[in-house]
Amino acid sequence: MSTPSAEKTGARVLTMGEAIREALAEELRRDPTVFVMGEDVAEAGTAFKVLLGLVDEFGPERVIDSPISEPGITGLGVGAAMTGMRPVIDIMFGDFITLTMDQMVNQAAKIHYMSGGKLKVPMVLRTTMGASRRSAAQHSQSLHAWFSHVPGLKVVVPSTPYDAKGLLKTAIRDDNPVAFFEDKMMYQLKGEVPEEEYTIPFGVADIKRPGTDITIVATSSMVQVSLAAAEMLAEIGIEAEVVDPRTTFPLDKEAIIESAKKTSRAIVVDEGYQRYGVTAEIASVIADGAFYYLDAPVKRIGAMDVPIPFSPALEDLTVPTADSVVETAKALCGRN
Amino acid sequence: MAKTAKQTKLKTGKSATPDAEEWLTMYEQMVRIRRFEERVNLLYTSAKMPGLAHLYIGEEAIAVGVCSVLNPEDYITSTHRGHGHCIAKGADVDIMFAELLGKAAGYCKGKGGSMHIADQANGNLGANAIVGGSAGIAVGAAFSAQRLGNGRVAVCFFGEGAMGQGFLAETMNLAQLWKLPVIFVCENNMYNEYTHFSETTAGNPADRARALGIHTEEQDGQDIRVVYETALAAVERARRGEGPAFLMFHTYRYHGHHVGDINREYYRSKEEERDWVENRDPLALFADWLLAKKLTDRGVLDGIEAEVKEEVERGAQFALDAPYPDPSEVSTNVYA
Ligand SMILES: Cc1ncc(C[n+]2csc(CCOP(=O)(O)OP(=O)(O)O)c2C)c(N)n1
Repeated sequence: MSTPSAEKTGARVLTMGEAIREALAEELRRDPTVFVMGEDVAEAGTAFKVLLGLVDEFGPERVIDSPISEPGITGLGVGAAMTGMRPVIDIMFGDFITLTMDQMVNQAAKIHYMSGGKLKVPMVLRTTMGASRRSAAQHSQSLHAWFSHVPGLKVVVPSTPYDAKGLLKTAIRDDNPVAFFEDKMMYQLKGEVPEEEYTIPFGVADIKRPGTDITIVATSSMVQVSLAAAEMLAEIGIEAEVVDPRTTFPLDKEAIIESAKKTSRAIVVDEGYQRYGVTAEIASVIADGAFYYLDAPVKRIGAMDVPIPFSPALEDLTVPTADSVVETAKALCGRN
Repeated sequence: MAKTAKQTKLKTGKSATPDAEEWLTMYEQMVRIRRFEERVNLLYTSAKMPGLAHLYIGEEAIAVGVCSVLNPEDYITSTHRGHGHCIAKGADVDIMFAELLGKAAGYCKGKGGSMHIADQANGNLGANAIVGGSAGIAVGAAFSAQRLGNGRVAVCFFGEGAMGQGFLAETMNLAQLWKLPVIFVCENNMYNEYTHFSETTAGNPADRARALGIHTEEQDGQDIRVVYETALAAVERARRGEGPAFLMFHTYRYHGHHVGDINREYYRSKEEERDWVENRDPLALFADWLLAKKLTDRGVLDGIEAEVKEEVERGAQFALDAPYPDPSEVSTNVYA
């Protein structure tokens, strides 16, 4: 199931932010119908500086600063996508997708189906997720589960620069509305990204670390957390397999089930709220598909079900950590 | 925390012609905001403050001018740039500092932070990190006041960037339709983060209110006397049941969009910044007028400076020494 991982290609090293910028630049160059629109995306290069320099190459006609109008620009994206363009709409903080909901859920997600397949909406909504920046309750949520719930939308949650680049290029070329979630804390994360062009298909999980004793299915920055946990577990003789679905829809159920069957134990880690969240969906996939192979119930670790508090003393309690993954894994393996 | 003698609030029943003591109280509040914000900046640059803050320096005359015509039980809603509104509505700086540092003694027990301070005892229904997000709260508070017949008004502070939000247009329509006692105060500092508002805004924002038939004023926000007079007229109208007002004040933020926005020359010039600081500073203009009118003398103003400075320093120290919230706080207050 695993696609060629970066380490095998002997490629150059980019940050996640640079990989995303490169994907956008390549697609803007390749396809004149692609454009980027959002608040402070041009000269400022976004609030996170991820798009710095794009406007210099492509000009303000294609890298467009918008008013603070999330529903407006998302709706414009839907309409432009239906009529020949490939918009990439930038929504600065994932918390603000709440403002885009009607356009994404009632418009973008439904139009292809409602039109009997006559119309399509090839747009990308790029946004962010992740806590730990001391940004408090309205700037820290991971709301990717919301879009994952809606038939008609695809949802991408990359965990490495390599994946981010390949998946973003696929998202732009996809004929459906795609929500692309970038963890703010990972923009500086470095990883190998080959010079040569590549794309990564949706719905194909990547085994980020092979192992035999327990499966950890993790998304976005939780992949990094789980890899750190796997190192700690290895020291006490537990070999964890870290499986990264990379897209929450389409979801590579087969890869997840296969890994769980092999290891007989599974944990699902995701930074969205645990309640009714991505972890619940994936845990049920495992429970369904690997039931007779499991030696223990599937465990879930998500964000604590509270608004993200500002105080560092409290915020740090709300997100999954390598330690919490290790503790859960040890308990599942009967190693307490 | 006890208030210092100097931190007296204005009398209720606002005069169209404040006396020397009332003007000096306003001056003191403006000084308090400025020194508070300078200290916040210092906390940030010395890595003592978690996260970021959006400083109000340069805009003090608006918060103080408007809040000085309000009674303690009148409501305000505020923004991400909210420290000035909070102080002007009567908050204590030590408890504010504690909130900014995520300490248990803060206004919101450290759960809200800079962008979410609420001080309900003084009628402050909260800062808000969603641009335009508080307009509904203000209009709802005005609706309550009308239904309960308690004579209160609500003031909704927002930046000109919020004019991009359709939600604001909806709430302005509701307010005018039902003659609700709400004052929309647009603090036009010309920049939506890193983009000049002329690049994001069609027409004059004030014309949108005029189109709805709302009582609209466009005034200099650097002259507290103008702000006071304009706000007083609007509040009196509202109390008489004559409906909402839209007040747009021209102003400038001296610092970056947030404390980390240091190199700003790609979006605004040093000359422009210098011009406002040197020629249109609300504190300097006010002090000059007070002295010219012989309502005070240098000694008194210097005395205010010294006292406020000490109070702010004490407040910061109090917050630095204060304990973080108990971990158990993380899951309290999720539901009422
Ligand atoms: C709905 C929403 N979109 C975007 C942002 C990010 N953001 C925070 S402040 C800001 C600019 C606000 O400009 P303005 O309203 O003029 O207020 P100012 O910062 O100038 O005081 C933006 C875009 C946000 N907080 N909320």
